[in-house]
Amino acid sequence: MADLLARAVAPAVDFTRIGALWVRASMAYPVSFWLLAVSSFLITGLDFAGIVVILGNIDDLGGFGLHEIAFLYGASGLGIAFADLLVGRVERLGQMIRLGRLDVMMVKPVPLLVQVCADEFALRRLARVLQAGVVFGVGCWTVDWTLPRVGASVVMVVCSALIFFSLFVGLACVQFWTTDSAEVASAFTYGGNTVTSYPLSVFPSEVVKALTFVVPIAFVSWYPALFVLGRPDPFGLPSWLQHAAPVAAAVCLLAAGLAWRAGVRHYRSTGS
Amino acid sequence: MPAVPVPQSAAPHPSLYAAVAARSFRRYATYVAATLAGIFTNSVFGVITSFVYVAVWRANPTAGGYDVTDAVTYVWIGQAMLMTVCMFGGGSPDALASRIRSGDVAVDLYRPVSLLGWYLAADLGRAAYHLLTRGAAPLLVGGLLFDLRWPLGWELLWFGLSLPLAVAVSFALRMLAALSAFWLLDDTGPRSLLNFLAVFGSGLTVPLVLFPDGVREVLTALPFAAYLQLPADLWLGQRTGVDALAALGLAAGWAVVLLTACAWVLRAAERRVVVQGG
Repeated sequence: MADLLARAVAPAVDFTRIGALWVRASMAYPVSFWLLAVSSFLITGLDFAGIVVILGNIDDLGGFGLHEIAFLYGASGLGIAFADLLVGRVERLGQMIRLGRLDVMMVKPVPLLVQVCADEFALRRLARVLQAGVVFGVGCWTVDWTLPRVGASVVMVVCSALIFFSLFVGLACVQFWTTDSAEVASAFTYGGNTVTSYPLSVFPSEVVKALTFVVPIAFVSWYPALFVLGRPDPFGLPSWLQHAAPVAAAVCLLAAGLAWRAGVRHYRSTGS
Repeated sequence: MPAVPVPQSAAPHPSLYAAVAARSFRRYATYVAATLAGIFTNSVFGVITSFVYVAVWRANPTAGGYDVTDAVTYVWIGQAMLMTVCMFGGGSPDALASRIRSGDVAVDLYRPVSLLGWYLAADLGRAAYHLLTRGAAPLLVGGLLFDLRWPLGWELLWFGLSLPLAVAVSFALRMLAALSAFWLLDDTGPRSLLNFLAVFGSGLTVPLVLFPDGVREVLTALPFAAYLQLPADLWLGQRTGVDALAALGLAAGWAVVLLTACAWVLRAAERRVVVQGG
């Protein structure tokens, strides 16, 4: 039992150690650190500023008002911000392969995925968490809080982070095969974040079904939020979907894990 | 001793800059997989934003003086301009910034070629490649999936004229951010500030026409409007005739002012580098 626990905790300890080194390194240039943190806060806030400008021209978007959209935006934003903070560097996998750095990592006694994700760990990405948190707070204003809704909101944010975590890792594995097509992953990660920042009622029902059953990105905000906001599903899909985010997160994690193992097994260093 | 005639400033042949631009174009054309991946991502974002704008213009069919076809067309022009003008940064000024950091810029400075001209030519070559691939392809995808407005006659001419101006204005601003590396060594701060202003000020986040009065006029007068809002309005026929000429004149004015600023900053930087001994 203690052995099992140690095996689960060890990667987290490794991650923290490598991450702390990078934080100390980045603090060598404090002006740069703060400029980047502030501009990252501003840049990620732009999307929401855009939504505010749009809502200045119309009363509601797809039947949802500004506060409700803030709730959706915040849930999706917190998820991708946490995932980006912890595993966002996996996007650079192709670069690590090209430079031969992945080979170096493979001979070190720390799990490969931990090393890849903790590489150049940047604390300034907390700015994005803060920005999404502020918008989420604005969205929470409109919720008629009950105990089940509080629980559902916590589960929503955790699952949102896990789903984005899986998307980052799973799609980065494509780079084991083609090292310079990293941008395809952005269509799903950042694209998924953009889609779920809006009420899905603005999209055609085929798109929403694809985002539910094919790439279950709709679970990062839409379905749990329908429950928390007490709104009926505009597409008339079954209400149990509103509690299915943990299932979606588990499926995503499993798929990402399999993709990672397949990728590492396929990897034959550069020139393969 | 007989004076050896030394060419004072050996002005390079114009074809040199064309050659630099052509090679820059070919350099980017090497990465086919990256280009295809980028086209895919641009198209996905175009589809997402199109559905959102269709919903917005369904709720308010005349928002910002656009109809729903104008709005959806605007989305795809935005995806086409995004890489052409390096909305998120990049292009030849990024290469210069890293050469300033490493000191390699000393080599650039003693070449008998205008440094600004060399990097501008390289960026124009890159922009042409991105326009023809990551600009044209998503527009075609958008045209297949949605009902778009296509420019005919004068609109096409005005739009065509606005493209080199958009690249020149964007190049000059990216160059100014890169040149800050002469003083700061690390240009990431100014660069990300510029990204912030470009993404919002160009009308990529949301068309400038949707902003409230006052804010809209200020944003339209700033150089960032030349990145997207101006080309889109010319394409859509929102600005025609004398109005189009005046808008193009403003963009050309910004291009001249900003490129002159680049030349001036570069001269100041050259003196500084000499003082430092390279």
